[in-house]
Amino acid sequence: MSNSNYSDTWKKPPFIVNPVLRWLIYVGSLVYFALAIGTMEINWTRVAEGLPRGLTLLSKFFPPNLADSRGVIVDGILESIWMAIISTIGGIILSVPIGLGAARNLSPKWVYLFCRSIIGVSRTFPEIILAIFAVKFFGFGPFAGFVALSIGTIGFFAKLLAEDIENMSKSQAEAVKVTGSSWLQWVNYSVQPQVMPRMIGLSLYRLDINFRESAVVGIVGAGGIGAHLLTSVQRYEYDTTATILISIIIIVIALEYTSGYLRKWVQ
Amino acid sequence: MLRLENVSKRYKTGDLALKNVSLEIPNGQVIALIGPSGAGKSTLIRCVNRLVDATEGKIQLGDTEITSLSSGELRKARRRMGMIFQEYALVERLTVMENVLSGRLGYVNFWQSLFRKFPKKDVKEAYRLLDRVGLMHMADKRADELSGGQRQRVGICRALIQDPEMLLVDEPTASLDPKTSRQIMRLINELCAERGLAAIINIHDVLLAQMFSQRIVGLKEGIIVYDGPPDGLTPEVLTEIYGEEDWEATIEDVDEEDDAPLVEVLK
Amino acid sequence: MPLIETSDGPLWKRRTTIKQWLIWAGWLIGVSIAYYAWNLISEKTIWMFVWDAPRQMVDIVGRMVPPSWSYMDNLWRPVWDTLNIATIGTVIAMVLAVPIAFLAANNTTPHKLVRAVALFIIVATRSVNSLIWALLLVVIVGPGVLAGTIAIGIRSIGGCSKLLYEAIEEINHTQVEAIEATGASRIQQMLYGIVPQVLPTFAGVAVFRWDINVRGSTILGIVGAGGIGVQLNASINVLAWTQVSMILLVILGTVFISEYVSAKVRHSII
Repeated sequence: MSNSNYSDTWKKPPFIVNPVLRWLIYVGSLVYFALAIGTMEINWTRVAEGLPRGLTLLSKFFPPNLADSRGVIVDGILESIWMAIISTIGGIILSVPIGLGAARNLSPKWVYLFCRSIIGVSRTFPEIILAIFAVKFFGFGPFAGFVALSIGTIGFFAKLLAEDIENMSKSQAEAVKVTGSSWLQWVNYSVQPQVMPRMIGLSLYRLDINFRESAVVGIVGAGGIGAHLLTSVQRYEYDTTATILISIIIIVIALEYTSGYLRKWVQ
Repeated sequence: MLRLENVSKRYKTGDLALKNVSLEIPNGQVIALIGPSGAGKSTLIRCVNRLVDATEGKIQLGDTEITSLSSGELRKARRRMGMIFQEYALVERLTVMENVLSGRLGYVNFWQSLFRKFPKKDVKEAYRLLDRVGLMHMADKRADELSGGQRQRVGICRALIQDPEMLLVDEPTASLDPKTSRQIMRLINELCAERGLAAIINIHDVLLAQMFSQRIVGLKEGIIVYDGPPDGLTPEVLTEIYGEEDWEATIEDVDEEDDAPLVEVLK
Repeated sequence: MPLIETSDGPLWKRRTTIKQWLIWAGWLIGVSIAYYAWNLISEKTIWMFVWDAPRQMVDIVGRMVPPSWSYMDNLWRPVWDTLNIATIGTVIAMVLAVPIAFLAANNTTPHKLVRAVALFIIVATRSVNSLIWALLLVVIVGPGVLAGTIAIGIRSIGGCSKLLYEAIEEINHTQVEAIEATGASRIQQMLYGIVPQVLPTFAGVAVFRWDINVRGSTILGIVGAGGIGVQLNASINVLAWTQVSMILLVILGTVFISEYVSAKVRHSII
């Protein structure tokens, strides 16, 4: 074995092996970020003006002012919570037929395509955009929020339900089918028990999401605490802003823990 | 020389893994530590380099008392002890070369390790070691592309590049097939002989232990129950260590093996 | 599933009596909550508008077609802004989220107290919707893309950090132990033992978040924080419905493409 002619340098092989591609990606991303930041049009004098305002806002958090306009805030928050609950329920009720329809192994092709496109559209548009239109159609107030969030829930819930049904155990499903059951009996006895526990968990998770959204749909007039938040910011009432934000954070954390706990308990 | 004096280890769970173990290993001696699962073999070698802290007792490597070192001094002391692991414990997403060079981390500073700028003599030594174990051509492969036997060879290189005084070897063959197991054990043995290293080898294959060590220590429930030459392992001794079983078939003559030379096995 | 002996022989029931009662009670509570919530909402609803909704819908949708294709000329820049808000926002979020994740993971945090602070940052940034962050930032830094970018950045810190620190806590510990045994310092153990293990997850999280952020950044314009939402809001306010439908189509396309790209990239990384 020769002793001395081993190389004494080593370089880690690059992640992207092709050097042309590698440099293209480096240079490309550099150019992109330069352009992106260059076209941002930052108004520095405005930023400088606003910073003290930001500090004022921050100072209102410590400690928050809990006395003023408490009634209005409590009302708004409760409205958001109820809106979240009812739209989760409404969304799930709508999701079940659509989810069944969107499961390839359950439905004929045209039903499948129809249900999938409903899911696709409601997943693409953020709840806020749905809420804008709901307000146009149904007028201002929590009903519009309810409609928007229910439709948003379909995109989430029906999709996961459909995927769960598509992934369920075939042998169990067939075992019930060969007994000569009707379609509804079949769904009730073989599909439902297999997907039910996870669906309950998911609905609690969705309740969580719906509350976060119900806190903002008010910004476009669809009810809940969002409207008060918007007014308080526009009127420079940072006391109120801070209180609302803290309430939202606390409720979201509480909801997250409760729903996490319930989910464990259910499954 | 490594000296353990009345070493005991009690885990937080209350389990007493080692009870008053005293052991002396002269320079250059290879000992096999045998015993059933849970006998404290792993705990013992982890106490030596303080991956686990002994509850009581003293451990000395040469003039250094390991049990009382500060964390900085401990890092220096660890450089003198190479460790080889059961499941290879290579960092799977790093290249073979990085895995080998990581054995030098105790010698280089943060920036050198961040940019993989190891001293030239370290790189040279890494290549020499890889060549010695027959993995020269694998240097730039990712560790998870290697077979079990190849990974363990890389693990051996990582331990040896530390330029240690002794090796701590934890079940080196537990995840390998019988043939590869022998090759790995022979390799460890040869390398210890070449470099005059002492070694503690945890192993539960009695036959391999007898074949490849000068001295055998039997551990049972944290107590040393045998300390002597390989051929002193009579059925009575094995019963003492492992419990009642027909041992005659296990004990064989040590030197009738005629394996193929190491290099042939390396694909 | 108990069998109950009765005078008519064994009777099979699906559940025990107490369990059945609990399930009924659960349903009762659920239904009453739903009923109460529904009442509350309907009290605040002007039903006349709701009954009028189908007519409104037909009317507005009718005004939306055909989309104003020529308006596309005014939309390239907003789309570019929207993508920039998402991309730079994600970069900002990842830069901040990585150190926070290391401070929050229980196997890499330097101290319990530091961990608590890191976890608080994660929860607080996650709970507040990006639209709310945008609303506040428009007040602070003024309307425009900058406010939107920072809003997306802050909102994503928590989302990213949470996934990252969970990944850090799930690593294979023996690989780190092996590096520790060589005499490496804590920071070196992190570089060689932990970072390589979590790097693919980190890249996956960034791309995943980017996809979410593209969707999120389409609406920030509603509160003036830049992106295509500005045009959406303006067109709705002046009732230019053909423009609105054009914008909706563009949003649909952008979101669709970003989802495709992110799925492709994630697939090639992991």
